[in-house]
Amino acid sequence: MPDTPPSLFRESLPAGGGWRLSGNWTAAKLAEPSTWPRIETELEASAALALTTPWDLRGLSRLDHTGAQALWNAWGHQWPAQLQMLEAHRPMLARVARFSSPAPVVTRLSAWAVFLSLGALVWVLIDHLKGMVRLTGQLLLDSIELWRAPRRGPWRDFSGHLFRIGATALPITALVGFLIGVVLAYLISKQLSQFGANAFIVNILGISLIRELGPVLAAILIAGRSGSAITAQIGVMRVTEELDAMRVMGIPKGYRLVMPRAMAMALAMPLISVWTTIAALFGGVLAADLTMGVTPAYFLAALPQAVPLSNLTLAVGKSVVFGLLIALIGCHYGLRVQPNTESLGKGTTASVVTSITMVILVDALFAVVFQHTGL
Amino acid sequence: MSSNAVEIRQLGSVFTVGGREFIIHDQLDLDIPSGALMSIVGGSGSGKTVLLRQILGLEQATQGSVTVLGKPASQLGREGAASRVGMLFQHGALFSAFTVLENIAFPLRELKILPDSLIRDVAMVKLQMVGLDPSHAHKMPAALSGGMVKRVALARALVMDPPLLLLDEPTSGLDPDSADEFCVLLRSLHRELALTVVMVTHDLDTLFELSTHVAVVADKHIVACGAPTEVIAGSHPFIHDFFQGARGQRAAALLHPPGLAR
Repeated sequence: MPDTPPSLFRESLPAGGGWRLSGNWTAAKLAEPSTWPRIETELEASAALALTTPWDLRGLSRLDHTGAQALWNAWGHQWPAQLQMLEAHRPMLARVARFSSPAPVVTRLSAWAVFLSLGALVWVLIDHLKGMVRLTGQLLLDSIELWRAPRRGPWRDFSGHLFRIGATALPITALVGFLIGVVLAYLISKQLSQFGANAFIVNILGISLIRELGPVLAAILIAGRSGSAITAQIGVMRVTEELDAMRVMGIPKGYRLVMPRAMAMALAMPLISVWTTIAALFGGVLAADLTMGVTPAYFLAALPQAVPLSNLTLAVGKSVVFGLLIALIGCHYGLRVQPNTESLGKGTTASVVTSITMVILVDALFAVVFQHTGL
Repeated sequence: MSSNAVEIRQLGSVFTVGGREFIIHDQLDLDIPSGALMSIVGGSGSGKTVLLRQILGLEQATQGSVTVLGKPASQLGREGAASRVGMLFQHGALFSAFTVLENIAFPLRELKILPDSLIRDVAMVKLQMVGLDPSHAHKMPAALSGGMVKRVALARALVMDPPLLLLDEPTSGLDPDSADEFCVLLRSLHRELALTVVMVTHDLDTLFELSTHVAVVADKHIVACGAPTEVIAGSHPFIHDFFQGARGQRAAALLHPPGLAR
């Protein structure tokens, strides 16, 4: 009878009532939906007289720690006066009796401590700023070192990152750029045709895509795609103690981990930005041709007059800054990861959120500083 | 249920790495009797851990069958698996988002039937049973040392008192005292809970201290299986190197304590 469900019933003895147990008192059996409510009510019923009534456990076929614990709790953490059981089950009950103890109380934070932790947040922010400044300074020093001895540079790492950050991002950025271009041109054409100002689509699309949307779209996509990857890579190296191994070997992590990524990002970002802009313009030209008959030939001929060259220069310059920012923020959060998986997840999320926010903030800064350029 | 907790028949495992095929197991047969405490030994890369993972149904064999507690291993991972088999992973595999107590209680809590107070009591007993102080209950796994992680992982594997317990390198990373305590604990659990224990180990002390059976994996199959004294007398070159080296001689002294006539 290995699979009989646990049961507990009251029997009449000459000297009064007693409790007799049978079946499998194991976690799996007790936790069956039909069983536990029944056992629970019976155990509660027995609890009042538990210590004075006789208990007969000889009918048990199996008793495990969960079953023993349920009994021990019903007995109020004391041995009943009259107890009959098989010798095989005694060690189990004895161990439960020996080790039963309340879980230590979790100390909850008081309201004052919660208030004080707000102040700690400021220190965390200052700590992040310090870390970023240190990382940027280290990058500058590493770049000078690379300038002095370019042959010793981590060029293989650099080309690997360039491929992963740049080349593999081309399809997704082109697709997103193209679709944004189509949607934007379609919406603008609806408005412009009301005023009969169809030709101005070249100016609006040209300026908005080349100067703003191309670089920002590309930067946001790359921040989500490669910024997170940088944090995860470096964070995993922390979890698996690879960073410590590098340090023990005397290999500077700034020079080998941060610099190649920052360089690759600074080079790939403007290229991807231009690529995204071209895809968006292509989509815009297509939609303009289909919805309002502005031919591609006219569009391309009018574009240089509508958009001065300095807009493109500004866009490329911005992208280099975006790229450096994303790489530095990614590395910063990666190096701050604690050696556990939860911290890795938090760090990656924080890295993406921070880099996207920073890209948009810095873009606004560029818009203010260069408000008289190219417009 | 048959008298064998685990039956492995004509097992073949092939791994493809970079287009090249590596045969790990070829026509491997192994029976693990119920109630045995079996150690699986073998050289590095001989497929011991793979065998353990196949018993757990984590990996599918290319050929042959693995039957665990009378059912195919692939069905082991179904609901309530924690009451049938417990596994101590080599690095603990604790859930890093949970505290120690939550980790131990997790399989019971997932059943969503038993009351929280009972589950907490059971988990506290398990925590102390594996030799940890109650004050560690609310620590996070990241704050534990390697030996403590092992103990918590063992407590979690045992929380539903499964009849089959698998251990992957249980004593690696433990100091000798902890390893000895671990052996004592495991032996008493094995006796009292009538557990079937399968462990992969390189630690000869643990092996001779605990095992009722030893299986040796070499040349892609089991080259020897039986009581420790029979197995170490085997003639296979691996057995010879593994057991009869200086380390093996020292550890084998445990089997024949001086002053005890056999």
